[in-house]
Amino acid sequence: MAWELNNDRPIYSQIVEKIQIQIVSGYYPSGSKLPSVRELAAEAGVNPNTMQKAFMELERSGLITTMRTSGRIVTEDESMIREVKETIAKMEIEQFFKKMREIGFSQEETLDLAKNVYKEEK
Amino acid sequence: MSALVECVGLTKCYTNGVPAVAGLNLKIEKGHIVGLLGPNGSGKTTLIKMINGLLKPTEGAVLVNGSEPGVETKKRVSYLPERTYLEAQRTVADMLAFFEDFYEDFKPERAKEMLASLGIEPKARMKTLSKGTKEKVQLILVMSRDADLFILDEPIAGVDPAARDYIIRTIISNYNPEASVIICTHLISDIENILDDVVFIKQGQIVLQMPVDDIREKHGKTVDAYFREVFAC
Repeated sequence: MAWELNNDRPIYSQIVEKIQIQIVSGYYPSGSKLPSVRELAAEAGVNPNTMQKAFMELERSGLITTMRTSGRIVTEDESMIREVKETIAKMEIEQFFKKMREIGFSQEETLDLAKNVYKEEK
Repeated sequence: MSALVECVGLTKCYTNGVPAVAGLNLKIEKGHIVGLLGPNGSGKTTLIKMINGLLKPTEGAVLVNGSEPGVETKKRVSYLPERTYLEAQRTVADMLAFFEDFYEDFKPERAKEMLASLGIEPKARMKTLSKGTKEKVQLILVMSRDADLFILDEPIAGVDPAARDYIIRTIISNYNPEASVIICTHLISDIENILDDVVFIKQGQIVLQMPVDDIREKHGKTVDAYFREVFAC
């Protein structure tokens, strides 16, 4: 099934985010080998050149490295993966608070509400 | 550096005098998947037919791999026309044999594999197949060649969404990185993720040629939404 990529931002940056999440969530663990550009492009339903561009971006950030003989691997620097993970989490939380502000909840109210909802779900 | 396809001042007038293609300039490089998009009657099919040598330009020139369309270019160009030309009385397997005989670069194994994944019976006669299945057969034949250029005129219009996904994956994984694909369609949102570039054509002229991601970056819109804006009626 093709990846869900339908909003109006550039496709490659959406792919970069998807792969980042796959890495920080451990789907592609630290030091593991990534599928080839072509395999991943077919899986995502995107153009191989776009996938290539996304890989280049991930390489620039250091999250993945190209090995001369064995393709691309996820970085072995686990502190870096943790850092990226926290950055993504922070962005999500900021988005969430922004939305709640729009609806009309203060920070404290939002936190209380979140705790309650969490308890109920448990 | 020569482009794979180059059109210079390309013009085609039919007998009614209004040019269907009017002084069109276009370059398509190797290794690109290009969406040729335009409203009805904008000249898409006329342009495609000239690239394939099925129509002669009234003025200007079109070059494929540096030469005018002819026997040599047809060996390297795989074309899916908007209408099927497959013989109704024949079977799917007959068509495979026909293509294998006709095109040096045809890969029967690839075609058989695709037929099997889409559950199409090779012994079936063409006339017994549904419209969508006929289109799938035709597309499979066209995509099973090792061509330099694939030109697909409305490849997915009559095909169900699940098969559409399969076909799109096939286009991505089959073509070699040196080959280019020109896809002409109205179903923009279905294909925009696999395109490198889009070409907008209007009244026989190119009004825009741009990478998909540049459109998204510059206009903050999908190609589909941008198309609707540019060609708003």
